[in-house]
Amino acid sequence: MTEALTQPVTQPVTQPLLRVRDVRKEFPTHGREVVRAVDGVSLEVRKGETLGLVGETGCGKSTLARCIAHLYDVTSGSVEFDGTELTGLSRRAMRPLRREIQMIFQDPYGSLNPRRRVGSIIGDPFAIHGISAGAERKRKVQDLMEVVGLNPEHYNRFPAEFSGGQRQRIGVARALALRPKLVICDEPVSALDVSIQAQIINLLADLQKEFDLTYVFISHDLSVVRHVSDRIAVMYLGKLVEVAPTEELFQQTRHPYTRALLSALPVADPDTADSREQIILAGDIPSATNPPQGCRFHTRCPKARATCAAAEPGLDPVLDDGPAHRTACFFPLTIGEDLSTAVPDLKAS
Amino acid sequence: MALLEVQDLRVSFDTPDGTVRAVRGLSFSVDRGQTLAVVGESGSGKSVATQTITGLTRGAQISGTAYFEGTDLISADAATLRRLRGAEIGMIFQDPLSSLHPHYRIGWQIVEMIQAHDHEISKRAARRRAADLLTLVGIPRAAERIDDYPHQFSGGMRQRVMIAMAMALDPALLIADEPTTALDVTVQAQVLNVMRRLQEEFGTAIILITHDLGVVAEMSDEVIVMYAGAMMERAPRRDIFYRNHHPYTQGLLASLPAQSGKRLTPIAGSPPSLINLPKGCPFAARCPHVFDRCRVETPPATDVQGDPRHQSACWLDHNVTEAVAS
Repeated sequence: MTEALTQPVTQPVTQPLLRVRDVRKEFPTHGREVVRAVDGVSLEVRKGETLGLVGETGCGKSTLARCIAHLYDVTSGSVEFDGTELTGLSRRAMRPLRREIQMIFQDPYGSLNPRRRVGSIIGDPFAIHGISAGAERKRKVQDLMEVVGLNPEHYNRFPAEFSGGQRQRIGVARALALRPKLVICDEPVSALDVSIQAQIINLLADLQKEFDLTYVFISHDLSVVRHVSDRIAVMYLGKLVEVAPTEELFQQTRHPYTRALLSALPVADPDTADSREQIILAGDIPSATNPPQGCRFHTRCPKARATCAAAEPGLDPVLDDGPAHRTACFFPLTIGEDLSTAVPDLKAS
Repeated sequence: MALLEVQDLRVSFDTPDGTVRAVRGLSFSVDRGQTLAVVGESGSGKSVATQTITGLTRGAQISGTAYFEGTDLISADAATLRRLRGAEIGMIFQDPLSSLHPHYRIGWQIVEMIQAHDHEISKRAARRRAADLLTLVGIPRAAERIDDYPHQFSGGMRQRVMIAMAMALDPALLIADEPTTALDVTVQAQVLNVMRRLQEEFGTAIILITHDLGVVAEMSDEVIVMYAGAMMERAPRRDIFYRNHHPYTQGLLASLPAQSGKRLTPIAGSPPSLINLPKGCPFAARCPHVFDRCRVETPPATDVQGDPRHQSACWLDHNVTEAVAS
């Protein structure tokens, strides 16, 4: 994990495994309007790294994940996986690629069919792709159960007989069955208690090493994302606002939204909790059917100026940041800048 | 005297699979103006305990006492409880949408609640009070929004409405059961801020039930750590984080994601069934320090380093806390 951090990010050693370019995904609503869930997102994920994707409810992070996994067709833009353009691929052409991109979902209760035995749930990917059958499939499934820390003898049990943490292990086993290259984890530990959450996070880290996996890790919990990610991308209302190597994002936060998000995260340490700067954002996230003009965050941003309402900032390196750290902001934060006392002034430029 | 004094609370439910012993001998007290955080994982009994105190666990077998300003809530009749709930004890739950009636306007629901307890107040005055309350919890244009329906509010705004209702009659005690769990972090920060402000202004005591140790560190004065229906440790906030004694408390804190990519230290295994609890300490099967006695005798909660405010239910030496040991 640390390896990816120390590599010179200016010169990607290998071709990125995933390249997302200007992806948009719109959903029609009852009226004439559309929800612009993902609105022009570009990012790359290198082989073997973990990219954390954070943002609040409705920011489009899960929609983006589903666009990458080809569960949704994109409205426009390009998703290139391992050198192959996925958008516009027919079902048949997509099929072999489906094996290489898998998802792990949040809800270990809702994502497993309660009437089916665990062995056949985990064996589904083999059946669908016609890979093995009979005793050989059973052996493969039991191997997988062992790998994710389940008792292979529980092959014939039903999901209800497992605890939440064990069910998430079942979901992980199913995702790994076909030896994917890219695994998209959509809030994989959000429904679990902390002691169990730590077990699953460790499991995911072990599996990454063992099977050379690349993760896109989606979560609203910044402390979890900080722990698992090499790089973090922050989303707000369908757009990326900041992308940076993990520690750089925390130490040299540039975007006011990122800073607000970080400052809102409760820390399990009374001394820090008592002394740190807290930025309480005003209002709620605006609607994605009618997002604000200009910078989408300007309606809630403590530093907003007239420019922010008039024009949309691009996602580029700001101040003295290197190319790996990109921020979409006209007035990025300097290190040590106090945001808690900033006051928006939409008349000033 | 404490505002609420709970002694040896026991709650069990009969189910087709057997008797679930959800709360097993819980004692604690809350002082005026203080925040007591009750932490624990799913099934630790933290919600059942407070729901029982407010008479919301129907069909359960209950024993123990819970004295609130001289009245035992456990033996109190339904009418007494109804009078206390809302007026003296306000409640907020995790999911504001299921606590608000979707068919009635927000203002109507608050007015009804005020009038149910205050028979003198006129409809107009109650309505004015409702608008004031909405302003107090930070709802913009409260005078207009009072006629909106619950679905017209966002999650964070609904939770503010719930807080407004809970605070409507200036209760002495507010029970908040995972009040911000369903909310995004920036909205959670807003809502916690509102709770803090109201506590300062009105001196309300708060019982805050949460699984989030971050929220505990931010909000509490005192903390109770629960596991399998029983209290494992209780202490002032800083002691829970810096001078904790119980291996379960230590396990919870160690499970939290660290700052860097270091490996996490989870607690092995999973919580025991509350139907067939093993003998001895409920945490024994997962405890890294377990020894023979733990599997035979249940440890009582006793003082840590002679401090009666800090208690731990563990057989390990009570003169050694984590900070001292490491």
